[in-house]
Amino acid sequence: MADLRSDFVGIKSPNPFWLASAPPTDKEYNVRRAYEAGWGGVVWKTLGSEGPPVVNVSGPRYGVIYGADRRVLGINNIELITDRPLEVNLREIKSVKRDYPDRALVVSLMVPCDEASWKAILPLVEETSADGVELNFGCPHGMAERGMGSAVGQVPEYIEMVTRWVKQNTRMPCIVKLTPNISDIRKPAEAAKRGGADAVSLINTINSITSVNLDEFAPEPMIDGMGTHGGYCGPAVKPIALNMVAEIARSEATRGLPISGIGGVTTWRDAAEFMALGAGNVQVCTAAMTYGFKVVQEMISGLSDYMDRKGMVSTSEIVGRAVPKVTDWQHLNLNYVTKAVINQDDCIKCGRCFAACEDTSHQAIAMDEDRTFTVKDEECVACNLCVDVCPVDCITMRELPKGETDPRTGRAVGDYANWTTHPNNPSSANFCGVRPAE
Amino acid sequence: MTNSQLTPGVVPGRLSPQEYSANFVDVAPRLSAHEASVAADRCYFCHDAPCMTACPTSIDIPLFIRQIATGTPEAAAKTILGQNILGGMCARVCPTETLCEGDCVRMESEGKPVEIGALQRFATDTLMAAGRHPFTRAARTDKSVAVVGAGPAGLAAAHRLAMKGHEVTIYDARLKPGGLNEFGIASYKAPENFASAEVEWLLQIGGITVVQNWQVGRVGDGTVTDLLAEYDAVFLGMGLSGVNALNLPGEELATPATDFIAELRQSDDLATLPIGRKVVVIGGGMTAVDAAVQAKLLGAETSTIVYRRSQGEMPASEHEQDHALGCNVRLICNAAPVAIHAVEGGLEVEFARTETTGAGLRKLDDTFRLKADQVFTAIGQTLGATPEELKLAGGKIAVDGAGRTSLARVWAGGDCAVGGEDLTVTAVAEGRDAAEDIHQFLMGE
Repeated sequence: MADLRSDFVGIKSPNPFWLASAPPTDKEYNVRRAYEAGWGGVVWKTLGSEGPPVVNVSGPRYGVIYGADRRVLGINNIELITDRPLEVNLREIKSVKRDYPDRALVVSLMVPCDEASWKAILPLVEETSADGVELNFGCPHGMAERGMGSAVGQVPEYIEMVTRWVKQNTRMPCIVKLTPNISDIRKPAEAAKRGGADAVSLINTINSITSVNLDEFAPEPMIDGMGTHGGYCGPAVKPIALNMVAEIARSEATRGLPISGIGGVTTWRDAAEFMALGAGNVQVCTAAMTYGFKVVQEMISGLSDYMDRKGMVSTSEIVGRAVPKVTDWQHLNLNYVTKAVINQDDCIKCGRCFAACEDTSHQAIAMDEDRTFTVKDEECVACNLCVDVCPVDCITMRELPKGETDPRTGRAVGDYANWTTHPNNPSSANFCGVRPAE
Repeated sequence: MTNSQLTPGVVPGRLSPQEYSANFVDVAPRLSAHEASVAADRCYFCHDAPCMTACPTSIDIPLFIRQIATGTPEAAAKTILGQNILGGMCARVCPTETLCEGDCVRMESEGKPVEIGALQRFATDTLMAAGRHPFTRAARTDKSVAVVGAGPAGLAAAHRLAMKGHEVTIYDARLKPGGLNEFGIASYKAPENFASAEVEWLLQIGGITVVQNWQVGRVGDGTVTDLLAEYDAVFLGMGLSGVNALNLPGEELATPATDFIAELRQSDDLATLPIGRKVVVIGGGMTAVDAAVQAKLLGAETSTIVYRRSQGEMPASEHEQDHALGCNVRLICNAAPVAIHAVEGGLEVEFARTETTGAGLRKLDDTFRLKADQVFTAIGQTLGATPEELKLAGGKIAVDGAGRTSLARVWAGGDCAVGGEDLTVTAVAEGRDAAEDIHQFLMGE
């Protein structure tokens, strides 16, 4: 069993799996159950300022996207921050932290955009012995309209300002949670860093309408015949989150800034992928909401198994390991040539590769009368679509060694060369065309 | 209850009313909406799908399953019924393991096909439960067609012809339409009078008149020539009315299994049906299985199928064989009947062991006798009285690919015609295709 202990900006937890600030972490009861199930940490559901708490709808709060067999691929929610009194949450946080001192407990906060509000709440959180705070600059619904949540997160200057207030008013580590509802995720991350954030966490949920009720002609979830956009999360958002994590991890301005990865983490593998792209730990919500807290046990055993197989002794050996391999398109090797190869022994002859290639790609798969499918190397551009749609994973990509002739182009595979030096690139010194008159 | 499973002879009422109803419930009940959705999600939506190729009626199976998966089972039903108007019955009786499901690519990957038959039933049942008939007739032509036989082939032909706008009259020898669907299939495969409900639903297309108790060639009814005088075209789909003879001593002591099955299907009270304590069924096809299983379900103490060749050569599918064995039917293979003897207290069927040689099946000297109270034969059916002016081939009406017979304006399909397996689904395909050819012929005139 590999050592999964995690130290994230000085916050220690027995494993890197935290529950994200969300419905599963709204109450002492849930959080105790989570710790008992094995979660390394939780980010307590966002607290607001003292006073009458927010009010949630009493109709459906969630919308869903299903895959086959009603497998939950994505959930959207229109729930707000905690709707329980501040003092109740603080009392419960203190009680839980006292009983589970080895687990991470970070408190998510969202208060109005003035220093006094932040100054007021931070000491109250400190008093609970919580390990840190996470600034909720991400929530895309309900609170944004009141000048909080993603309304702050979409303006880098506000992020910097609020982060600075927080850092000036508490000793606790400060994690800034970012909204993905922005065109360039690096800007808010840079702002958080400038403001002194210890880390960023991302992504928060994505603005979304999951479905439309075709009898009532209204978005779902539907409240008394009307609907509103919610925040989208779950496995469906993972690719978006991974890219945003990688962007921050490899950006000059934010390199080295600790990242807590969030967005569709469902299995140990998802977690390892986030970590490889630079996340120091991960936060999970939808998987727990779909399957219950026990899923963490698979994450723990899976990550441990993987690390044992790889001979890794610490999760830090995974963190950021794939970051150097993330590059921009123009640096990809244009002389790297692969061809799809169908393993005939494993092929079940469903023909999906053929339909995909014939109808939507490059007509590079031949179909015999006996339903034998073979790749036409002279047509195959190696797009990988056949691999993607094959239900039994029997297609692989074979790399053509240097010197071998690509039957499609008739050219031998050459040395590494990318777009920046390509003769078709007008910006390249080797440009073969005629440049427009200056 | 005066009789039990151990009562000697051939007697009714061997079981309690509860046992009768439990024994004859739907053998494969309709999937629930949830089960259908889970089953539908397993379909890969194959390109040029092998299941579709394997279906004699070429139903677009991936499409109808996708329609179920996306919450439109009635659209799925229309996809099915557009190719196979008896898709409801076929969903129940098709040997799917040798047709669509046998060729499902999931067999290759997991050995467990998509449950195509069950999904087809889900779709067609949904539509039929709603009482909707999804097809309408084209503008009326002034053409009329006589269809002989209200079985799967005749019904499929009649429906397609009516849909094309022709006037159709079905002449059927029985007192009730449906053919083998009504009289020849084990009752647990299509309980609750499904066969007659399906016919009633099919006739909603309109333009079809059904005449019962009319047999081609029977004095007082009419001949093919008579029909040709009155109609623009004739489709023959009267099935096989004769049964093969055993040609052995004591043959008269046996009953055709088809008679037993028909009587059972039409019975209002199973407790009144006499059944032997020991039942022996001679044969190895679906009819043998249906008879042997139902004998057991009616309370026979033992029910034994004796087949002359090896188990692997049985025409009954593996699924059917498993069903029989699961119902505690005994199976004896490689034994051919030699004689049926009347003995004290019942019958004895004498069998000779057989072996297959290069020259064919050979009876050995090694014989044995099985005690029996009732003996059923299920060794195949014959055309019966043939309209003599029709050319035959191999004992069946000779037809070309479109179902045309040797006589002008006469088509044939289903079990009475050559070609294809004797399956409901094949009969439907042949009836449908002949109807299309008749339509071409009539409109081309």
